[in-house]
Amino acid sequence: MFLEFEKISRSYGGVRALWEVSFGVEAATIHGIIGPNGSGKTTLINVVSGLAGPDSGRLLLEGREVHRLPAHRIAALGVARTFQNIRLFSNMTCLENVIAGQHLTAQRALVPRLLRLPSARLEERRCRADALACLSSVGIESRAEALAGSLSYGERRRLEIARAMALRPRLLLLDEPIAGMRQQEIDEMEALFRSLAEAGVTILLIEHNMPFMMRLCSRITVLHFGQTVTTGAPQQVCAHPEVIEAYLGVEGR
Amino acid sequence: MAFLSQFFAVYGSLVNFIGINALLALSLYVTLSAGQLSLGNAAFAGIGAYTAGILTMRFHMPYAISVAAGAGLAAVIALLIGLPVLRIRGIFLAMATLAFGEVVRIAAVNLDITGGAQGLVGIPNKTTTCTIYGVLAATAYFLAVLRGSKVGWSLAAIREDETAAMALGINTARYKTLAFVLGAFIAGIAGAIYAHLNFIITPGEFGFSAAVQLLIYNIVGGMQSVYGPMLGAFILTALPEVLRGVSLSAGPLRLGINGVILLLVILYLPNGLISFLKGPNRVSRI
Repeated sequence: MFLEFEKISRSYGGVRALWEVSFGVEAATIHGIIGPNGSGKTTLINVVSGLAGPDSGRLLLEGREVHRLPAHRIAALGVARTFQNIRLFSNMTCLENVIAGQHLTAQRALVPRLLRLPSARLEERRCRADALACLSSVGIESRAEALAGSLSYGERRRLEIARAMALRPRLLLLDEPIAGMRQQEIDEMEALFRSLAEAGVTILLIEHNMPFMMRLCSRITVLHFGQTVTTGAPQQVCAHPEVIEAYLGVEGR
Repeated sequence: MAFLSQFFAVYGSLVNFIGINALLALSLYVTLSAGQLSLGNAAFAGIGAYTAGILTMRFHMPYAISVAAGAGLAAVIALLIGLPVLRIRGIFLAMATLAFGEVVRIAAVNLDITGGAQGLVGIPNKTTTCTIYGVLAATAYFLAVLRGSKVGWSLAAIREDETAAMALGINTARYKTLAFVLGAFIAGIAGAIYAHLNFIITPGEFGFSAAVQLLIYNIVGGMQSVYGPMLGAFILTALPEVLRGVSLSAGPLRLGINGVILLLVILYLPNGLISFLKGPNRVSRI
């Protein structure tokens, strides 16, 4: 398993956001997380990305314990993420957002720049080209010089994905990446995620759009009140009685 | 030539003060560029000034060594304050540095070696206009290049959204501390060369109002580039002299005009006066 959750629990005050969650994510696959609102999906992503350490349990990335590492160390292991409530640098342009996202993949060393060495100029040109490539992979290269704050909702989501890709992640955590997008944009994102997985990137994906998840995910984990209901192939999961109960309730109780 | 020498005879000290204030404005600009408000930069300038002044007067150290020691001590003290405080988010740095500034001022008033409330008197006059503007130019160049470096981008990311910055692999506590310590170092240099300009330094010069003045330079000038804080320092330092020229010499009136300028800038030019001139685009820099 590429990523393994072992009895991960996390509470906020008296609220158990996650309770002994265990499942595994296989390398270079798209793994979906579904569940009703408040079932702990975002908390799960926060745990993986190191923004909210678990109270108990273990998180293994390629067999290595990572649940005690701070967020920046986890990012350095190749874990990138987007945010459900979109956290862009809104006073920067799109290109600048991606450049800021190159923290771990570009040198931009100070001394060669102070001395105006040609190597610094060459590196900057190369990093610029990489940043533009990230923008064009999500289809917003024409907006490179636009301020992030001036983008449409769908474009913002796409820019956040581009910024995450600047980290050249091996594990990409996407928290409702297609919320608010038009169908054409959704189709483009679907193709992008597929090509990323084919290139070896593991994707952990939260989304409410069920047809999208059914098409894209090789496996899906269902959360309900912070606990795992089941993990399995999409068809299997949808037929699971407890999943139907979690979403629709049970008659005659 | 005759005009120039006459100009310097009359306005030489004003030119020097503009340079020192621009350097102090830049010291705060570094810290602000990471979204952190330090109200201690005047106190760091004070530490630099007293350290350098004492080293020169009592221990007959060469000028360069006194200045370096003053800046170095300011930076070390900033590191000691910053390490615990900058791990926490929010306005704690502003509160801690506000208290720290008072501690420094009161220490300077009460210690013997600093000359108490009368100040440190008789510091040899070793700073020239060339020194001031040389240091200012070097600092401005350094900070302009820093903007486009990994450090500069990290500070900008932290200012915009600290959580997102962490998720991008930026060690936010480390970079915030770096910005704070670098700011204190520059303030220490400014203080140290100021001490050797003026024959005397007194505790009151490095108090709360001086700290706020640095913030006002940054707001009025703008923080989009290194030119903004320098422009703010230039305008607000020169303005009283200009007003004196048109015989508006009353002190309170001058303060009032400063206040009006600050209000107008905040209301109508949120990016500062520098936004009148099109600043250099960060992306186009190497």
